[in-house]
Amino acid sequence: MDIILELLEDLHPEVDFEQCNTLIDDKILDSFDIVSLVTDLSEEFDISIAAEELTPENFNSAKAIYEMVERLVD
Amino acid sequence: MLFTTSNFIFFIIILTTLYYLIPKRFQWMLLLSASLIFYGIAGTSYLIYISLTIVSTYIATMAIDRIQEAYNTSIKENKDSLTREERKEIKAEMTAKKKLWLVLALVFNFGILALLKYSDFIVSNIYRDFGGFGFVLPLGISFYTFQTMGYLIDVYWGKYRAERNIFKLGLFSSFFPQLIQGPISRFDDLSPSLLAEKDFNWETFSFGVQRILWGYFKKLVIADRLLIAVNTIIRNPDSYQGIYVLLGMFFYGIQLYADFTGGIDIAIGVGQVFGIRLKENFNRPYFSKSITEYWRRWHISLGTWFRDYMFFPISVSKPMIRLSKKIRKNYSNEIGKRVPVYIATLLVWLTTGIWHGAAWNFIVWGLGNGIVILISQELTPLYDKFHRKFDVKDKFYFKLFQVTRTFWLMSFLRTFDCYRDVATTFRMYFSILTVRNLSEVLNGGIMNLGLGMEDYILLAVSILILLMVSLNQRRGAIRVELSKRPVFLSYILFFTLFISIIIFGSYGIGFDQSQFIYSQF
Amino acid sequence: MRRNKTVYIILALLSLGILYLVQQLFMPKYISTIQEGSLVEEYYLEDSNHDVLFIGDCEVFSNVSPITLWERYGISSYIRGSAQQLIWHSYYLLEDALRYEKPQIVVYNVLAMKYNEPQKEAYNRLTLDGMRLSLTKLRAIEASKMEEEGTLSYLLPILRYHSRWNELSLEDLKYIFKKDKVSHNGYLMRVDTKPVGYLPRERRLADYQFGDRSYDYLDRITKLCKENDIELILIKSPSVYPHWYDQWDEQMVDYAEKNDIEYINFLDYVDVMGIDYENDTYDGGLHLNLKGAEKFTNYLGSILRDSYGLPDHREDVELRAIWDKKIDFYYDMKAKQEEELRMYGYLKSVGEAAQKIDE
Repeated sequence: MDIILELLEDLHPEVDFEQCNTLIDDKILDSFDIVSLVTDLSEEFDISIAAEELTPENFNSAKAIYEMVERLVD
Repeated sequence: MLFTTSNFIFFIIILTTLYYLIPKRFQWMLLLSASLIFYGIAGTSYLIYISLTIVSTYIATMAIDRIQEAYNTSIKENKDSLTREERKEIKAEMTAKKKLWLVLALVFNFGILALLKYSDFIVSNIYRDFGGFGFVLPLGISFYTFQTMGYLIDVYWGKYRAERNIFKLGLFSSFFPQLIQGPISRFDDLSPSLLAEKDFNWETFSFGVQRILWGYFKKLVIADRLLIAVNTIIRNPDSYQGIYVLLGMFFYGIQLYADFTGGIDIAIGVGQVFGIRLKENFNRPYFSKSITEYWRRWHISLGTWFRDYMFFPISVSKPMIRLSKKIRKNYSNEIGKRVPVYIATLLVWLTTGIWHGAAWNFIVWGLGNGIVILISQELTPLYDKFHRKFDVKDKFYFKLFQVTRTFWLMSFLRTFDCYRDVATTFRMYFSILTVRNLSEVLNGGIMNLGLGMEDYILLAVSILILLMVSLNQRRGAIRVELSKRPVFLSYILFFTLFISIIIFGSYGIGFDQSQFIYSQF
Repeated sequence: MRRNKTVYIILALLSLGILYLVQQLFMPKYISTIQEGSLVEEYYLEDSNHDVLFIGDCEVFSNVSPITLWERYGISSYIRGSAQQLIWHSYYLLEDALRYEKPQIVVYNVLAMKYNEPQKEAYNRLTLDGMRLSLTKLRAIEASKMEEEGTLSYLLPILRYHSRWNELSLEDLKYIFKKDKVSHNGYLMRVDTKPVGYLPRERRLADYQFGDRSYDYLDRITKLCKENDIELILIKSPSVYPHWYDQWDEQMVDYAEKNDIEYINFLDYVDVMGIDYENDTYDGGLHLNLKGAEKFTNYLGSILRDSYGLPDHREDVELRAIWDKKIDFYYDMKAKQEEELRMYGYLKSVGEAAQKIDE
């Protein structure tokens, strides 16, 4: 989880990622951010995140990202 | 059938009446018949192409669905008897089978599109004197192909189950209001309201009518009128250079906006009249403060289509991730991170350009947008530095600066849309610097573009109304606000709008007294 | 709930009313200029029948004076003419007139036989807009429509004339419901003079045969008259331009013979009628002015009285009263036009545009 938060803060240091759960809806993360995250996440956790995972449900909050990663690690 | 014909209006009136008279369970079938008739009127041969798309997609999605279901059941049954390795193997096999159907359908349908739309362009670039295959482009083929392929890919990804009724799928693909200017809908988004049984609801119906009226106002009073001046400028590039080019850009920006958003208003309004919810395709794009924001607010459904079905799949695809890793390891972390985004962006914008038309200027336009977007990405740290130093981010004048800058940037790029080839466009850009004709333009030149003083005044007033409405809409839908006031207010406003369209609309044969003077007979 | 319904009904009626008003406002009034546009609708203002109906293009509405016909012979007549009236227009206008009266004689000017196709959208409007809505009008619209025209724009003319928004004038408001008369039973008066000057040399045509469509409608006119016991007289009015070819003349002579009707080419009788193209035309020979029209009508009237035995109605008290008013209007306008000529050198009331002639 910490790794995820770290990656997010690298992208947008001004945002409080622990609280926010409208990262996609409020366009805080744009498409470029998502791709950046995905490359980092796939490196960090040795998973492959397919395009169909790139939905608001999976990326609207740090928690959602964490849950997605958990699922894919299996 | 264009939106701006009396035939279309009659079509809608008759269709609406029937829609609310027939038993509700037949409503979606009526819409399907209407869509096919609408399509057939445009050209009976077109029906073949759209049927091919519908049928091929149906077959592919049913197969994919079947394969997925078979896999799910067999995994469930044999959960305990299989090892992780075996499960992975079966999954890979299943995925490969699904992928085969996906690829076949994609190639088939995009192939049709490519053949009909782009074969002339491709071949004529190889053989200079090529006369053309003579393919006629079916109405809305770019729209319905993309919309249906989006559905196919969603089913492949397991977002939802395939539609089992081929006719319901047919309606989704061919729903007529979308065929002309979009929007490009998603199946899970559109089909609930598209296929549901509806009772007549006066509020939804009148909102729909109001929206349609607003669309016609934009199209007939503003767009078609301004088009006269725009055409004069861009069809005669040798006579209209220098400041005229800037004027043309400005006019074109407004004309395209009014025409496109007007057409979408009509499409969404027509949908609303039937109780169907089509997604918004514009979000007051000229208030955008950057090019990236602009493309989130202009032709939204196309942008999201490319993002979900092209940009993401390419940029997070295994080959791309591997390439990125390699570069990060061996060259530079920074470049490695950028590579997937850059390649995907350029490919997407190249395709976006091609989607708009089979000509070099669209390709240049598309790539131009892509490059500007990437440049503005690169400049972000510079901008951040600037904003840390100067606290202007929320000041009105700075926002105004950003909005104006974005408007002109997009206008410059959009010029590739106008002149029929790339060389002429660059020549026109150049002439802005070299041809000094500001005084000529201001001293009556502007009156020689096919519009008179009254037309310009009318345009100014209409655009002002448009601007006020847009500013007002930031607070919420105007129709909803109006519906809370007494009925008379809505009536007066919309009846005035209606009369304005009838009187000021740029349609029909113009009244020119000289036509009536008999010469000799 | 009921209250809401009445509100909606009121609003709907109000809307229709406003639309009607707007349409009336936007229709060109054809009073101060292009007066030909008023001709077709003025017919409906008549409150008595006519023994003779003239049908055709400007060669009837400029060259024939029904007032003269009445004054000299007591013959009642009306000219259902219009600008460049094509033969299908003529047929339907005749059919339309027969809904209101049955004249003894119909006189048709055959110049329009040369046009086998619809010609100009503007002239379609000048002829058709004035017709009252009826099945006949619908048939006329369908027969006359040019490619760019739509029937709807005839049923709702606001769709055609809305683009006049930037040139609406006080005249449009003044005559929004009721218009002043501009014609004398369909005759447009011109007292000015422009002698025949240079006339373009007659060109040789590739084919002189009148088209099938023209003959078809001529047949229909002939048939309609026969069915209604009306005598049809085909004429060629004495205008020297456009050129009336001998080959055309022959065809009409043949046609008249075959169908047992009379055809008179009045160009042959110019001398007998005393028409002199130095003084009797206002546009160099295309149309006769008042002097010329009266001469022509005088001669025509004698034929109608002698060969066709048309009655003299001058003893009829009712008709006398009606026609006396027409006579007053006629001579008033004559005086007014002559005054204008003296004061301005041209006819101001007929409009600038009518002064320009394409040579």
